[in-house]
Amino acid sequence: MTAIAAGPATPKATGAKGPRAAVAPRRVGLHVFLAAVSLLWLAPLLLAVYASLRPYQETAKYGYFSLPHHLSFAYYREAFTQSGMAQHFLNTLLIAVPAVLLTLFFASFVAFCIARVRIRGGFFILILFTAGNLLPPQVMVTPVYELFTRIPLPYWMSDSLTMYDSYWGVIAIHIAFQTGFCVFVMTNFMKALPEELREAAIVDGAGVWTQFWRITLPLCRPALAALATLEFAWIYNDFLWALVLMSSGDKMPVTSALNNLKGQYFQDYNLLAAGSVLVALPTVILFFILQRHFIAGLTLGATKG
Amino acid sequence: MATPGPHDRTTSNSPTRRSVLRAAAIGAGAVTLPSVLAACASGSGAGGAGGKTVTFGSNWSDPVPKKGIATAIAGFQASSGYTVKTNTVDHNSFQENINRYLQGNPDDVFGWFAGYRMQYFAQKGLLGDISDVWSGFTGMSDAIKAQSTGLDGKQYFVPLYYYPWAVFYRKSVFAQHGYQIPTTWDQYIALAKQMQKDGLVPISFSDKDGWPAMGTFDYINMRLNGYDFHKSLMGGHEDWSDPKVKKVFDTWRELLPFYQQGALGLTWQESAQALQQKKTGMMTLGMFLGQQFGTDVSDLDFFAYPAIDPANGQDAVEAPIDGFLLSRKAKNVTAAKKLLAFLGTAKAENDYLSIDPTELGVNSSVVTTGYSPLQQSGAKLVSTAKSISQFMDRDCRPDFVSTVMIQALQTFLNNPNDVDGLCNSIQRQKTAIYATEG
Amino acid sequence: MRPKADLEPAVSVGEPTAGAPASAAAPETGRRRPRAARRRIRRLTTRDRLVITVLLGLPLLFTFVLVWATTLASVGLSFTNWDGIGSAKFVGIDNYKELFTNYPPFATAIWHNLLWLGFLALVATPLGLLFAVLLDRKIRFGRFYQSALYLPVVLSLAVIGFISQLIFARDDGILNTLLGTTGPGQHPVDWIGDPHINIWVVLVMAGWRHAGYVMVLYLAGLKGVDPSLKEAAAIDGANARQTFFRVVFPVMRPVNIIVGVITVIEALRAFDIVYAINGGTNGLELLSVLITDNIIGEASRIGFGSAIAVVLLLISVGCIVAYCMTELREEKS
Repeated sequence: MTAIAAGPATPKATGAKGPRAAVAPRRVGLHVFLAAVSLLWLAPLLLAVYASLRPYQETAKYGYFSLPHHLSFAYYREAFTQSGMAQHFLNTLLIAVPAVLLTLFFASFVAFCIARVRIRGGFFILILFTAGNLLPPQVMVTPVYELFTRIPLPYWMSDSLTMYDSYWGVIAIHIAFQTGFCVFVMTNFMKALPEELREAAIVDGAGVWTQFWRITLPLCRPALAALATLEFAWIYNDFLWALVLMSSGDKMPVTSALNNLKGQYFQDYNLLAAGSVLVALPTVILFFILQRHFIAGLTLGATKG
Repeated sequence: MATPGPHDRTTSNSPTRRSVLRAAAIGAGAVTLPSVLAACASGSGAGGAGGKTVTFGSNWSDPVPKKGIATAIAGFQASSGYTVKTNTVDHNSFQENINRYLQGNPDDVFGWFAGYRMQYFAQKGLLGDISDVWSGFTGMSDAIKAQSTGLDGKQYFVPLYYYPWAVFYRKSVFAQHGYQIPTTWDQYIALAKQMQKDGLVPISFSDKDGWPAMGTFDYINMRLNGYDFHKSLMGGHEDWSDPKVKKVFDTWRELLPFYQQGALGLTWQESAQALQQKKTGMMTLGMFLGQQFGTDVSDLDFFAYPAIDPANGQDAVEAPIDGFLLSRKAKNVTAAKKLLAFLGTAKAENDYLSIDPTELGVNSSVVTTGYSPLQQSGAKLVSTAKSISQFMDRDCRPDFVSTVMIQALQTFLNNPNDVDGLCNSIQRQKTAIYATEG
Repeated sequence: MRPKADLEPAVSVGEPTAGAPASAAAPETGRRRPRAARRRIRRLTTRDRLVITVLLGLPLLFTFVLVWATTLASVGLSFTNWDGIGSAKFVGIDNYKELFTNYPPFATAIWHNLLWLGFLALVATPLGLLFAVLLDRKIRFGRFYQSALYLPVVLSLAVIGFISQLIFARDDGILNTLLGTTGPGQHPVDWIGDPHINIWVVLVMAGWRHAGYVMVLYLAGLKGVDPSLKEAAAIDGANARQTFFRVVFPVMRPVNIIVGVITVIEALRAFDIVYAINGGTNGLELLSVLITDNIIGEASRIGFGSAIAVVLLLISVGCIVAYCMTELREEKS
């Protein structure tokens, strides 16, 4: 829609440089620029993928920037089995999925209270969350560790019997840490939302929950989709918290599977590249799924005509 | 073994401790005792004083060593009837995490290194004394025993294997040019000059990861100032701005013109590749270098680091030892000690080495008939050594090495001429760090 | 126009002391603001108050305990010499003295963090905005371009280290191969090993990821811009650039603030790229790396590392205050 909206302005934009006929070259220029940049952005990844398809002996002999002699997916199979990736994938999902969902849920509600219900002290709460997000996570490591080793959990929740070395602890710290960022984003996003729908709902006697869940949240789809993509990528790729808050190898997330591929002595970078590509797949897939939502646009202006 | 937290190291063994502690926990609000509760969680299979299960934390995460360890453990399970629950964590995470691991929820037995890196944790009360296990060992030399002993004279460590450091080269390259093995510093430098003339980069060198350069420092220091001074320097008893230390850097500087270019941007694997491709002539590294060589490993050989001061000769060898420790928080000490006793036998080492032929067994009864030529020479090098050092990052305080020495050695390599400034800076930082002992 | 005051129930949901029940706070509020309290009762039912207390209280509790309390604890630790195992001893400001006078990587790290901030703010963030603006319209392959530019964001540490080696390795890296400097007798640039050059290489890699990240946020933000505003501007004869800078960009103020804050966060927290390349040494020192070296790794200089963390904290606080000022100004207007 925006393209159409911007359309009429385009000829005028080029007015200084040339006549109206410049529209087509301009489009071509745009595509050339975008294609070049995309290639520049993708090239390193494509090279990594290329390397992952070639045997180590070959790249060691001829260099990475050479024509292939053998291409195969053998490294992918090896990376998947050798690092115990299936188990680690599952672990990561056990951590990342609840953490992302709860983070987004809590953050949206807090943002709703600040930006929409306009509770007293809302500004203060916003600062608290935002500022908290600016704190470097390494600052918290030691106290969080000390705290978690002292919080008991029943056996059915954690076989370590403490928050330390359990998924609960890692999920909790992710929620605590990421909520700040999401509150901040959601508050700013909600401030920009039109109020008419919610006002109508209030007149109809809708409670806070209905205003939040039924009226406001659906309008936040683009922001939620963008946040979900980013948050998932971050939590998914995190290694700091899992490293310092867990000690059982079989509970470690998928980043640890990659460490398993990084040999102590011999390092087969091509194998590592294959593993990295495999590990990156879920985040990329999620991006493709959610992309539609945060670029699809919303009929926000509807009420304003 | 009931250790509520790192600040409280009291142990209680009274029969009613469970109820007492539970009451204490309720009173204190948030304190719990995982080990005690674990012992009470019957049927969980997680342990218990008389249980048949022993937990083992392994940092042998690479495929080959992992399989080697599994083979050794299987031997124990078969002969003892105990079940070993192995918790494998990738070696890097395991190392980064060791402080939290040992104070949190450690396994009964875990893999670690000899040297001060082990003694430090023993001193901090995080390791279990296994002197009784050691008294049953046979085939362990006094040197090995010394490396397994804490600062308090008790044994804490069960060694599995070691890997010596030396100067590696390709036999075919030396044969092609008719190079002789250098035994003195002058010969070493002369050989390097000759290699340069022959169009070879004399020495493969890399320090992107910060630790490979330490091996060269260790050797020059031991050759120049002797093993005792080196040990004492690593132990924090010497002044780093001592002229003796400055002399080490001054000597090292003589080698720099012969090093590979861009060493600080290279991993050791990359510079090992240069050696394999015959672009370079020599490389100072550990025996694990062979793992990078693939099928060319039969062409790989080494010589002992050349002598600098004839008084010290070539009698010290850097040979880091890997092995096992008992954690103080172990839940099943009886079984853990049985496991450790087994791991110190020649059988366990043979089991391990049958899978991983790039290391050397420490037990004198280890069957060496299957050793490769490289292993044979490695064993010979260590057995003729008068003294064994571990490695800078194993002989020295970890806080000092990782926050000061990595930077310092890289600074030297970037700017080799300001040795005075560098040594004084190291000494100042060392004073500050060592002041925080305890 | 809507009567704003009538629609804003002056609710008090406990002060930030985490989940204080709304009912407890009510009498006090009532005493001070009887009118507001009456309206609150009318506007918010008991159920509403319960929902707000629980759903606002929980995240507040999490943030307080796990983020703020632990951070404060770290500030406390920075005045001790704790090594993570034994007992801690109070040493006053010794760690700070040590840090400023006797820790060579510290000054370098601060400089690098500031450089990082400047580079992201002046190069990478505008680039991300440009991408978003170009892609926020229906063009052919739009989704492909978006995906390509976003991909670096999802990459993990391991692959970044590998990629840096593929491209920037001195002897067989692709960049030097393309530059034709790898032949015999040549002097290839040591992109990773030279401590005067490598920080720029790393900044380029950071920008590579940051631009995609900023693009995603702006893509979402641009969707919130009322198309009628742009149409109106177009009718008024504004060209595309004018429309963007005079109409669209100011309207996106919330997103601009988000991106600004994120740029600061990314610059202060920067860690993984340098860590993947060489562990953050030899010209790649960053505050976060020094903290990690001292606190997380085997070194366990918790007191000293916490002092570095506090310095980073103070820089963050500077940014937090700046952010608060802008927010307050907007709140007032």
